[in-house]
Amino acid sequence: MNESVLVYRGFLYLKVATLLMLAAIVAYAVDRPLGMPNGGTWLGYGLGSIGAALILWLMWFGMRKRSYGPGKWRLEGWLSAHVYLGLSLIVIATLHSGFQFGWNVHTLAYVLMMLVIASGVFGVFVYLRYPALMTENRRGLTLTDILAQIAELDVECREQVMTLGDEINRTVLEASQNTRVGGGVLRQLSGRAPDCATARALKRVRELGDSIGSEGAEHVRRLIALLTRKDELLGRARRDVQIKAMLDIWLYVHVPLTFALIAALVAHVISVFFYW
Amino acid sequence: MADNVAVAIIGSGPAGLSAAGHAAEAGLSHVLLEKMPHASDTIFKYQKGKYVMATPDILPLRSPFRFQAGAREEVLGAWDEDLAKHKVNVRYKAEVTRVKGKKGAFEISLTDGSKLTAENVILSIGLQGNLRKLDCPGAADAPHVQYQLDDPDEYEGETVVVIGAGDAAIENAVALSKQNTVLIVNRRDEFARAKQGNLDAVTAAIEKGVIQGYFNTAPVKVTPGTITLRTPEGEAEIKCDRIIARLGAIPPRQFVESCGVKFPNDNPASLPEVSRHYESNVEGLYIIGALGGYPLIKQAMNQGYEVIEFIRGNRELKPADEPLLEEKIKILPGVSVDAFLKRVRDNVPLFRELNTLLLRELMLDSEVRTPKPGEAIFTRNDYSNTFYTIVDGQVAIEVNPNDPTEVVLLGKGEFFGEMGLISGRRRTATIKAHSDCVLLETNRRSMIKLINSVEEVRRVMDQTAIARQIQTYLAPRLAKDDLADVLASAQAQHFMEGETLFNEGEIGDSVHLIRRGSVTVSRRIGGRDIVLSYVAAGNYVGEMALLSDAPRSATVRAAINHTETIRIEGQAFKRLMSRSEALRKEVEQKFGDRIQQNERMANAPEVGSIIQFLVDQGASEATDILLIDEALCVRCDNCEKACAESHDGISRLNREAGPTFANVHVPTSCRHCEHPHCMTDCPPDAIHRRPNGEVFIDDSCIGCGNCQRNCPYGVIQLAVRPPGKPSILNWLLFGAGPGPGQDKSAHPHGQKKAVKCDMCSGIEGGPACVRGCPTGAAIRVNPERFLSLATLGQR
Ligand SMILES: Cc1cc2nc3c(=O)[nH]c(=O)nc-3n(C[C@H](O)[C@H](O)[C@H](O)COP(=O)(O)OP(=O)(O)OC[C@H]3O[C@@H](n4cnc5c(N)ncnc54)[C@H](O)[C@@H]3O)c2cc1C
Ligand code: HEM
Ligand code: SF4
Ligand code: SF4
Repeated sequence: MNESVLVYRGFLYLKVATLLMLAAIVAYAVDRPLGMPNGGTWLGYGLGSIGAALILWLMWFGMRKRSYGPGKWRLEGWLSAHVYLGLSLIVIATLHSGFQFGWNVHTLAYVLMMLVIASGVFGVFVYLRYPALMTENRRGLTLTDILAQIAELDVECREQVMTLGDEINRTVLEASQNTRVGGGVLRQLSGRAPDCATARALKRVRELGDSIGSEGAEHVRRLIALLTRKDELLGRARRDVQIKAMLDIWLYVHVPLTFALIAALVAHVISVFFYW
Repeated sequence: MADNVAVAIIGSGPAGLSAAGHAAEAGLSHVLLEKMPHASDTIFKYQKGKYVMATPDILPLRSPFRFQAGAREEVLGAWDEDLAKHKVNVRYKAEVTRVKGKKGAFEISLTDGSKLTAENVILSIGLQGNLRKLDCPGAADAPHVQYQLDDPDEYEGETVVVIGAGDAAIENAVALSKQNTVLIVNRRDEFARAKQGNLDAVTAAIEKGVIQGYFNTAPVKVTPGTITLRTPEGEAEIKCDRIIARLGAIPPRQFVESCGVKFPNDNPASLPEVSRHYESNVEGLYIIGALGGYPLIKQAMNQGYEVIEFIRGNRELKPADEPLLEEKIKILPGVSVDAFLKRVRDNVPLFRELNTLLLRELMLDSEVRTPKPGEAIFTRNDYSNTFYTIVDGQVAIEVNPNDPTEVVLLGKGEFFGEMGLISGRRRTATIKAHSDCVLLETNRRSMIKLINSVEEVRRVMDQTAIARQIQTYLAPRLAKDDLADVLASAQAQHFMEGETLFNEGEIGDSVHLIRRGSVTVSRRIGGRDIVLSYVAAGNYVGEMALLSDAPRSATVRAAINHTETIRIEGQAFKRLMSRSEALRKEVEQKFGDRIQQNERMANAPEVGSIIQFLVDQGASEATDILLIDEALCVRCDNCEKACAESHDGISRLNREAGPTFANVHVPTSCRHCEHPHCMTDCPPDAIHRRPNGEVFIDDSCIGCGNCQRNCPYGVIQLAVRPPGKPSILNWLLFGAGPGPGQDKSAHPHGQKKAVKCDMCSGIEGGPACVRGCPTGAAIRVNPERFLSLATLGQR
């Protein structure tokens, strides 16, 4: 139905970024600096300035995203440019360095930048892959709907257990009180809950069910059906939380790394100009 | 027989109160009859603390009773004081059941059996009507039957039977089901009248067993603590603690008719005709207030004063709206209001039959325009929907978009703009002033009211419209005379959603030109209806069978309620083609295109399903609808934040709510309908449409909530404007105030007004939701262009 960020306006920014990279490569190839190619040559200064400007501009995206004022912009266009021009930094910064790496603040800035870029690439992958999976998993419901259904199932479960003896009562009560969706970051990202109280209850009810006489059999049958349904819904809720976490989490890497990068960049520039 | 008075005033709303007050002040013997135990029931029933507005501001108040904008309690309090101060003779709990007789000797009967006589009667009973009661044995005096529900949370653990199938019944049932056992009883087999949101809610609740649904079921008996229902499986007695019957209100029309007052036609929206002195066709019986067609408090109060003056013989009193009209015709120096009204009546045949009151009312809702020669009045593709009459001068219609010199002239007394009014779509031609003109531009609401209440206006407009529509859409170059036989066979037809214009396999004997709404074309393939295309107003269907002399190759259904077509006989259409080379070519071209398109669509049933899904969601009446491609949407809610940030912190869209099909998600947001439901019943007429199509609510909104109820898509909220926000940098760096998109909380004090999506009108760059979406998932589309293979096929 719509164009994704990557194809935005017929790959406009891919073309822009490619031109930029080609220009840099050609300049690097024809340049005959005195001595080793590095950031200290005129071309090095040029590429370095472009790279630093690009980084500042890429950072600006965080502001852009939150300024909703009037204008002919579309955030999609900005993101598309962000992605391709961000990628072009790989070429520009590498050429700027003249392939001279070491254990110093300059290389630290370079590595941080590459990490930011890598996390960005991962983000784009996530953005393109997970939204459709989320829709599919929800089957027309919202997460709130799913949780509401789960709460209703809890009530129905408790209605079934009234006559079924203490142990079943206890497990079912526990299932309704101690079942968790979400939790810590890792829990969210895993999409699973290995110690899920509902799964435990389901297993236990099936074991105990065999020993219950015919008068309770119908209740047990219903209870198993309800718990299975709840278990299935829980699976979907957790998957939903997982996908949402995937969609969000990488930004918590991308952005802090960006700030680290800025710090390193400032150190890099200062050390170059004052202590060279 | 007890009393005789000079005037009996029935109904103590603002109109009746003011009339009674002035009668008391003038020393006229009078009685004010009110069925409730308090005055002014309509305003009494407003929400507590509601801010009552005194629109229109420039209209002076003419009444012994005070009225200024303020809280409901203040307004009612002042009226109670004034009732006492003027020693108004008011009788509460006095519901009038019958008015008989004639001027000088009316006999008025009340529910308690008492009677009184009056020389004149003023009917000011408003439009609210009476709540429909449950009419089965035992219902009348059962203590557990009620007709309203103020606070559903008041009840807990009860068994409640809700009777009714409208929105009120569903909302009550769903709200009660949280804490009670609820049964909902519906006479029919579905909830046909309910809004989509309510329908979804109740269907889900019934499916889940939260509410028990009884369909095709009627109540037959009520005894204390029980109700007996006749279900398709037989009768069943049900124990219950409470019965809530939400059966709607009986409009006051029947009662008014029983007094001898005539209505112009059967249309439920029509109002009784009254003279310039508010007198109905029954001499001595006057009608004022909302029932007389004046839906605002101040107008109603002024009329109350004026009608007493008329009855006292002051027939020359100028209505209070005189200054408003003077203001309007200031543009014509030296012309008095009366002279202008006379000129309108003399020059415009369409308005000749209107009485002065109707004409004045029309003028109040109109603007006088005096464009200079060559000045554009409206432009092709504008979405404006006002109606123009030519009082003087000539206008030129540019019939050919490619050649502005090709024009048709309209002169004094003719009208234009009716096509937009009927179709709700873009203007089909640019119209410019040809000479110096005096035009009357009337807004949509007044015209619709007029069409509904004056038969002659409806007839003349419809006839002219059919001729112009055929000419515009089928034969722009043919002269009117060449169309005579086509026009003779042409006939306007009306369809509700899902009704068929014609069926696959039938003999094709006619062509339908769609003039309002839209249709879907489908074919049965492998036992399933596959949608082949969506056709919007301004196009025709049915020509294929005619050309090929074969049976209909597809079924055509109305995609939306109140779809209207002009049906043209096959033979007449063929003659038309033989006369117009251009039409023949176009039809043949379309014929080929449609065959091709149909074959392609038959092989892409998934596209047909999406079209059907969107049509079911009401996309077919939209001019511009927000869709979200869930394959791209990362659920960041930046669209909502962007919306809130552009609109005082209140988002007008709910991204997550709303249905999804094949990754196409329809969020809850205004679609800017062709015929906006929200406009139907807005007392101050605050809802309008701009030339670019957007439907917006202006500042004159009085917060009555009618639009919220009338919008089937649940996109209108009533909200108070929140205070300002810090700049983003301040928020980002210093954590000042609420951040972007946060703080949707309503502010408890202050006046609530209706808010909804205005398509970011006046904001450069257009809809913020679309601009703010980082992934391109959110788009706004025009259904006519969007619901096609071309756009949906390439997914
Ligand atoms: C929610 C809401 C909010 C509104 N907000 C505003 C606003 O802010 N500002 C504004 O100007 N307008 C507002 N309006 C419109 C305004 O309320 C009406 O225009 C106005 O009340 C009409 O006055 P009326 O005197 O014609 O009739 P009503 O006010 O409807 O009064 C009719 C009276 O007649 C009585 N009656 C009916 N039948 C009989 C009978 N057979 N025998 C005896 N008595 C009878 C009724 O009980 C009632 O008291 C609002 C309307 C609604 C619904
Ligand atoms: C040095 C390079 C980069 C810097 C400094 C940078 C910085 C940023 C910043 C500050 C944000 C805003 C996050 C927020 O406030 O929510 C952002 C978002 C983003 N960046 Fe980068 N970025 C860089 C490179 C890249 C690259 C190479 C890609 C992809 C290939 C990328 C993809 C994204 C994406 C997808 C977003 C999220 C958009 C959203 O959902 O709002 N970035 N980046
Ligand atoms: S508010 Fe509702 S009825 Fe009015 S135009 Fe929008 S969607 Fe249509
Ligand atoms: S802004 Fe776009 S991506 Fe974000 S929630 Fe809205 S539609 Fe989805």
